[in-house]
Amino acid sequence: MSTAESAGAAHRTQDATGEPAGEGVTIACRNVWKIFGEGAERVLSRANGALDDEQLREAGLIGAVRDVTFSAHQGEIFVIMGLSGSGKSTLVRCLSRLIEPTAGQVLFEGQDLLAASEKVLIEIRRHKMGMVFQHFALLPHLTVLDNVAFPLEVQGVDRGRRVPRARELIELVGLEGREDYYPRELSGGQQQRVGIARSLAVEPEIWFLDEPFSALDPLIRREMQDEFLRLQGVLHKTIVFITHDFDEAIRLADRIAIMKDGGIIQIGTPEALVLDPANEYVAEFTRDIPRAKVLSARAVMLPAVAGEQFAGEIPGETRIEQLAGRIVDCEKPLAVVDRNGGVVGQISRDSVLRVMVSADDRAP
Amino acid sequence: MTASSTISNLRLRLLRPATLNRLMAVGAIVAVMVVASRVPWLVAYPENWEIPLRYWVSDFMKWLINDFDLGLFTFRQFTRSIAWLLNWPLVSAQGLLATGFELEIGDSAIDLPRLSWLGVIAAVTVLAHAAGGWRLSVLVATCFGYLAVFGQWSSGMITLSSILIAVPLGAVGGLLFGILGYRSARMERGLLPVLDLMQTVPVFAYLVPVLFLFGFGPVAAMIATIIYATPPMARVTMLALKLVSTEVVEFGRMVGCSRWQMMWKILIPSAKPTLMVGVNQVIMLSLNMVIIASMIGAGGLGFDVLSALKRLRIGDGIEAGLAITLLAIALDRVSQGFTHRAQPAHKEQPKRFVARNPHLVMALAAIVLATLGALFIRGLEAFPESPRISTNEFWSGLVTWINVNFFDQLDAFKNFLLLNFLIPVKRFMLSLPWSVVVGLVALTGYRLGGWRLALAVGCYVAFMAVTGNWEKSMSSVYLCGVSVIIACLIGIPIGVVAARRERAHRVVQVCIDTLQTLPSFVYLIPVVILFRVGDFSAMIAVVAYALTPAIRYTDHGIRQVPAPLIEAATAAGCSQRQMLWKVQLPIAVPEIMLGINQTIMMALSMLVITALVGTRELGQEVYIALTKADTGRGIVAGLCVAFIAMTSDRLISAWSARRKRQLGLA
Ligand SMILES: Nc1ncnc2c1ncn2[C@@H]1O[C@H](COP(=O)(O)OP(=O)(O)OP(=O)(O)O)[C@@H](O)[C@H]1O
Ligand SMILES: [Mg+2]
Repeated sequence: MSTAESAGAAHRTQDATGEPAGEGVTIACRNVWKIFGEGAERVLSRANGALDDEQLREAGLIGAVRDVTFSAHQGEIFVIMGLSGSGKSTLVRCLSRLIEPTAGQVLFEGQDLLAASEKVLIEIRRHKMGMVFQHFALLPHLTVLDNVAFPLEVQGVDRGRRVPRARELIELVGLEGREDYYPRELSGGQQQRVGIARSLAVEPEIWFLDEPFSALDPLIRREMQDEFLRLQGVLHKTIVFITHDFDEAIRLADRIAIMKDGGIIQIGTPEALVLDPANEYVAEFTRDIPRAKVLSARAVMLPAVAGEQFAGEIPGETRIEQLAGRIVDCEKPLAVVDRNGGVVGQISRDSVLRVMVSADDRAP
Repeated sequence: MTASSTISNLRLRLLRPATLNRLMAVGAIVAVMVVASRVPWLVAYPENWEIPLRYWVSDFMKWLINDFDLGLFTFRQFTRSIAWLLNWPLVSAQGLLATGFELEIGDSAIDLPRLSWLGVIAAVTVLAHAAGGWRLSVLVATCFGYLAVFGQWSSGMITLSSILIAVPLGAVGGLLFGILGYRSARMERGLLPVLDLMQTVPVFAYLVPVLFLFGFGPVAAMIATIIYATPPMARVTMLALKLVSTEVVEFGRMVGCSRWQMMWKILIPSAKPTLMVGVNQVIMLSLNMVIIASMIGAGGLGFDVLSALKRLRIGDGIEAGLAITLLAIALDRVSQGFTHRAQPAHKEQPKRFVARNPHLVMALAAIVLATLGALFIRGLEAFPESPRISTNEFWSGLVTWINVNFFDQLDAFKNFLLLNFLIPVKRFMLSLPWSVVVGLVALTGYRLGGWRLALAVGCYVAFMAVTGNWEKSMSSVYLCGVSVIIACLIGIPIGVVAARRERAHRVVQVCIDTLQTLPSFVYLIPVVILFRVGDFSAMIAVVAYALTPAIRYTDHGIRQVPAPLIEAATAAGCSQRQMLWKVQLPIAVPEIMLGINQTIMMALSMLVITALVGTRELGQEVYIALTKADTGRGIVAGLCVAFIAMTSDRLISAWSARRKRQLGLA
């Protein structure tokens, strides 16, 4: 988990709700709508691109994605979290145009995807996008090796080159020795490893994962999450990750977007969601999350008292959970420092204990 | 409950508004019927209003054959060249399996022998082993051994060779049509009614046009077979492709598959298990056609059965019929074996062809060795005469014995049913005014599925009157209806028992699997022996043929009742009987109705075949048209049969869908 943390750590230094600065935007969508039903486009344009529940119901339409705007940055894990039916799958399919959005704009590396021709789109999908599916979507008639090599086969890469690449990826996900197995001979977790390896075969710029671990048992799911973080530590992809499990979102995300009824309610770092939920709905999700896992020293620290004696120094982004072990033995507070080693605040045993004990305290 | 309370109960129920409405509706219908029966043209459709559709069709056919010019060549030349093309593979297969080749090189002719019977048996046995292990290989060896031992080898191989050519053509054709239907919704909408017609118009009806266009002989027979056997494959293909999970399709799009790659690298391989079911169907339907196809020159076992039946040589007929049946069983089980065979496991795949395909290599080796051996040992070419067995005497003896000892009982049974059941029903059906029948059917359609359904089924029924086939159609409805009722009375209870007892289920399953592999024609043989010709024999044959779906769907319908419901009912203290009547049956009813629908379809297809044993209805009309080569008459009567089938199919499907929705099963 430590590698991922350092990968994500850079972003956590940013302000609570905002976008991480510095790195480029890989994919962005602006005011994207997807409405299912007859005459959706007409109804939407007549309403000047804004429809509420009432109007949708009257027109007999389903608003699966409603006015969604966000951007995911280079190397970031962007998690979209929402309950069943909130429109997550539809949204992620709009990003790759597997589903044609009703309105809005999708920009991939600055290029307008919705304006791209079928041919350009195929090229982009072949070389720059990878996707992992909830139910694996492996081809039953191919071996593990051929499944992983399939995206390359589609591009016309010859066998001599695609097989070594596939073997490399199989090794990366820890399935060496199973190359000649067929999907039905593997466990769910192993099948999803194949799905992950396959989606990486073309070295995509952006990696979509639609509830990749939801079909797995809790134990396996945890193991796969760790594996996923390990991979990201190596690969640094831009990731759009879908889940309906808030714990999973907290564990993996650099930033989380919370969806409800097709719209995004709040986007922010896990810490920001916990500290400053936009409304009751978001607060409800964060209620049972152990604060110590999410909050950083920076969020809990008090202003440094001049002349105070410190027991030691910790970086501002250290999570409370991690510094707890160290601070128990200290009578004196710890100094919280920024990147340059300047003291920005102090944190005492008391304030850490308060975070760990009181689940309901939103801000200590 | 006392009598008075029952009556007051009844009165209360009669006074409820829903009941009142219904009563009024029934009253209105009766009133209309009474009025209609006073107006002559509403009772019997006037002859001079009939549309001479059959003549139009015949004229069109004549024009097609004689005058239709496609520019460079005529239509007839076009169809004949197709026949010529198809003749090549067929003749080669027949030469290989049955007749041998005669090669002319310069002045001398060389005879190349056919494949040795022993080699063929060894080969199919080995292949059967690959498909399903030892038990299957023993079964298949027995089936083919029967052909050799009972002197059916040559005929059997002629039949087998036409199957071997027809099945791939039908399967590939069906696959391509299915792909077209899958690709475009408009294509699908156009294709489905055509498939409906192809599956419901009796084969006899299009034998004549096929005969005209392609000429008498094995090729025409094969083309008729392909027309008959292809539609289910097209349907299965459309269904199978739609069933491929959306995620897999999305995966294909995400890796940037072209349309071609999507179809052949993703969809078809993923759908393969379901597609194999379609191939199995093609095989079974082709075998079903063997006897009928021999009417336009297929030869082989079908011809043997047909000529034996015509000359009332029961023994020969039974032997050849049994040969077809065994061939059907063998091919069915082998193709199913390949379908269900455990998918490949990860075992290290050897590189060399021989090591990878041991069965194929062994089969080929057996054939080559035995055929070469036949050059030296005569007994390997044709099965030797002396150990051949014929059961002819036995069957003739059996028939005589039955006739001597049981004639009176069988005859009495037959007459009893005829007088008390069949004839009254027939009278009633024929006495119904055509207008009332059309009206009632349309009304039912309206209640079940709205205006479009009402219009469709109303037109179907009116077609029979308008084309002057009313009485024959009603006779068909009567014979089919009676048979279906009896089949349900027998089949549904068997299905209920099978659903509730595991042992019974297994026995019944084996029986109906076997019954379903029997070509429809074969059912006629014992029936004719026992009951001679006529409506009654026809009914028995139809009942026997149409029984299986009633059993199968009842069994399945009861088994699919959700387990939590059963548990809840058990917890509520239901007795076995209550469970059946109050829980299982009501929930299984939609499924059972689909079974009855299937029963009706099969009964209708059998009905036409029973025309050979002398019934007087549409089947006979089609059959007469066949013997007189009257295209129009046959096709119009065939369409009437198709419309009966489609009417009942539409109504029952609509009802069943609605009911399933109400029960929350859909
Ligand atoms: N093809 C479609 N036609 C009509 N409605 C659809 C279609 N696909 C999705 N919807 C509707 O859009 C809404 C969002 O569906 P979506 O599959 O995106 O939800 P989700 O958040 O992915 O849910 P889950 O967690 O169950 O996967 C749902 O109400 C769904 O019924
Ligand atoms: Mg989803």
